[in-house]
Amino acid sequence: MNKNTIGILSLFVLIFGFTWYSNENFANGYNMTNLVKWSSLYAIMGIGVAFVIITGGIDLSIGSVIGLVASLLALAIENEWDPTLTVILLLGLSIVIGLMHGLLITKVKLQPFVVTLCGLLFYRGISRWLTDNQTMQFPGTESLDSFFSGKLLIFGKFALASPFFFLVAIALIAAFFLNRTIWGRYLLALGNNEDGARYSGIQTDRLKIAAYVICSFLAGVSGLLFAYELDSVQPAQTGEFYELYAIAAAVLGGCSLRGGQGAIFGVIIAAAVIRLLRNSINLIGISTHLEFSIIGLVILGGVTADEMIKRIVAKRRSKQISASKS
Amino acid sequence: MPEDPPLLQASAIGKQFPGVRALHNVNLTLSQGEILSLVGENGAGKSTMMKILAGIHAPDEGAIELDGNLVRITNVREAQKYGIALIHQELNLSDNLDIAANIFLGNEPHKSGVIDRKRIHRESAQFLKRVGLEFPTDTLVADLTIGHQQLVEISKALSVDARIIIMDEPTSSLSQKESEKLFEVIRDLKSQGISIIYISHRLGEVINLSDRVVVLRDGENAGELVGGEITHDAMVKLMVGRDLSQFYNRTATTLGEKILEVKGLRTPPYPNNEISFSVRSGEILGIAGLVGAGRTELLQTIFGVTPAVGGMIKLKGKELMPKNSLDAIDSGIVLAPEDRKRHGLVLEMSVRENTSLARLRRDQKVGMIDFNNEAQLADKMIEELKIKTPHSDQVVQYLSGGNQQKVVLGKWLSMNPSLLLLDEPTRGIDIGSKQEIYKLMEELAASGVAVIFVSSEMEEVLGMADRVLVMHEGAITGELSREQLNEEAIMQLATGNKAAA
Repeated sequence: MNKNTIGILSLFVLIFGFTWYSNENFANGYNMTNLVKWSSLYAIMGIGVAFVIITGGIDLSIGSVIGLVASLLALAIENEWDPTLTVILLLGLSIVIGLMHGLLITKVKLQPFVVTLCGLLFYRGISRWLTDNQTMQFPGTESLDSFFSGKLLIFGKFALASPFFFLVAIALIAAFFLNRTIWGRYLLALGNNEDGARYSGIQTDRLKIAAYVICSFLAGVSGLLFAYELDSVQPAQTGEFYELYAIAAAVLGGCSLRGGQGAIFGVIIAAAVIRLLRNSINLIGISTHLEFSIIGLVILGGVTADEMIKRIVAKRRSKQISASKS
Repeated sequence: MPEDPPLLQASAIGKQFPGVRALHNVNLTLSQGEILSLVGENGAGKSTMMKILAGIHAPDEGAIELDGNLVRITNVREAQKYGIALIHQELNLSDNLDIAANIFLGNEPHKSGVIDRKRIHRESAQFLKRVGLEFPTDTLVADLTIGHQQLVEISKALSVDARIIIMDEPTSSLSQKESEKLFEVIRDLKSQGISIIYISHRLGEVINLSDRVVVLRDGENAGELVGGEITHDAMVKLMVGRDLSQFYNRTATTLGEKILEVKGLRTPPYPNNEISFSVRSGEILGIAGLVGAGRTELLQTIFGVTPAVGGMIKLKGKELMPKNSLDAIDSGIVLAPEDRKRHGLVLEMSVRENTSLARLRRDQKVGMIDFNNEAQLADKMIEELKIKTPHSDQVVQYLSGGNQQKVVLGKWLSMNPSLLLLDEPTRGIDIGSKQEIYKLMEELAASGVAVIFVSSEMEEVLGMADRVLVMHEGAITGELSREQLNEEAIMQLATGNKAAA
């Protein structure tokens, strides 16, 4: 576990402990079930965008992809499409979206910020248009409901929900990919120095495209999970701003926006910190209007502390080296 | 009665960068109206020393005195105030502005914020006269040649009443004629009482111009030469720290089969020039030329990172047109690039991760990294190339230039290449590593690898190459065998003078 992950884990424990101490309702089974579930949903998005951030890019379209996938799912259910086929098609669609982003960024050489910003606007517009901007409810009765929003009772009132199991599977695969495979290594290398990677025979364009595909695919998965969880989709709102939570989780979890750095476990904990903060603000009785401000401050504090620590470490290192030379 | 203090005296200057000791206990004095040359190999600390005097870097140790008064120069503006101006190798002029605007950039005389144009043009004209540049002051800088732009830079220095003008490699992109014009101006400035610190790799110019020469080696004073002592051999001896004959001992070799054959190759920056040559197994081919002659682009095209516009490349008799570096690497061509930090390494990764970066693909087990194998490979390279690092997990950013270059070479040697391309292989590295890299080049050649190296260091080209191609403006202007090799012949060809060879 790297230093950054230890830092974010300590932050989590601190806030967790404080909230537990301040409010007796915090540690009950019902609240914990929700906390784990929502943290898992945020973490899945965070892992997706972490891959993009590792390449030095950004994806602003996540929330709109979630909205689009959720809206289309609701439409398909309303029109009595086969749920399994629908899910497969929607995951395929999110892969195609990622592929388009990747191609525009690597081949047409547009900036990731611009491409995915346009995506953010475009997919949201499409969602609203296709659904006539009507809120759609679908009763959780169809066959895939227990797969996407089931619950496994552990003890008392505490249950682990489907998103948690999705997260475990996704996190294991993502961590394995990033740390154990040559492509994970290539991704980190190109994030640090794209030219250097290219001069070592790495096909950087393909890897970057893959990162955007992974990101959009996981946004698609999140979209399905959110839709099944809420059993209701508001085309104008579902997933709105979620890309910012995802990016915040990735950054707080140790991904540098300059690229080349990232740890899956850190992103998961960071996602949990963000959810936990919202939960705490509610329970402790701080005005919920301050929610965004507090989350913003905590993230700012976290990355500032991280930067400071890095600087101190670098300074000490260069001193050690000069001492060993003279 | 004590002597007058010198105009400038820098004593015991030390400067440390992360992982590199750039300067250590360096002393330098300069008198009024003196032309002092500062020579040394790449990485010897010349540029750092000049940047300290010009206020770009702050020294970690040491003192600077002007006219006997201790001064602290913390930024460029202060340096200007003290009368010190630095003219960079890459000129810092704004192309879109005219001569007068450039000369007074940042120092515009004004009346409550409104620039006094009349005064700017009137005074600029006087400065231009002093450097012998006969252009209207409203000429756009973009319309001037590099040589003339340099004179504008000098005028700019004069406009802030510089008493010391530092020139960093001023002739690196000038033609012979422009250089001579520049020398005239420099001598003229000297007669006006201005002191010059002149940095150059071209030892001929240094001999020609200098009153005194200070030689730096590995960030320390290596020696000083005055007047008649300033000779080519004396300077080189101080620069490399021993006689040349001990430093380079390339001996004649037997050549094997033809490894690379290039026919009518056209590279993107010079699509109209066709390049043809070949290299044999066991041969070390040098490519000489001035900055911008198209040498780097040639290597990059053979390596596939900038695909060719036309022509043919044959490797061991098989035709090959690499579309990317992967094609080249897979067929046995590797490149240690000129810009080590940008192209050669992933600085924030470890020695282990850098040495394995190209090889991972070969050693993978269904996509997984074989970590044991990777660690062994790194340790093997550290031992074979004598890479000085505490362990293979050290981040390469913190290694010295020489060790970084060895990591780059380690990465490529692990691939068993048949053609090794080296672009400025010893730029910015210490003497010890330099010698090791030369030895390595020889060993590789002896083992049957064909080696092509591009170098701007004359000594290196003369010392290491079995044969030299000289390039000028994207074309090969001549080929010199080991017997024909000398500095004069290379310079003639490098400046486009074919008849001389």
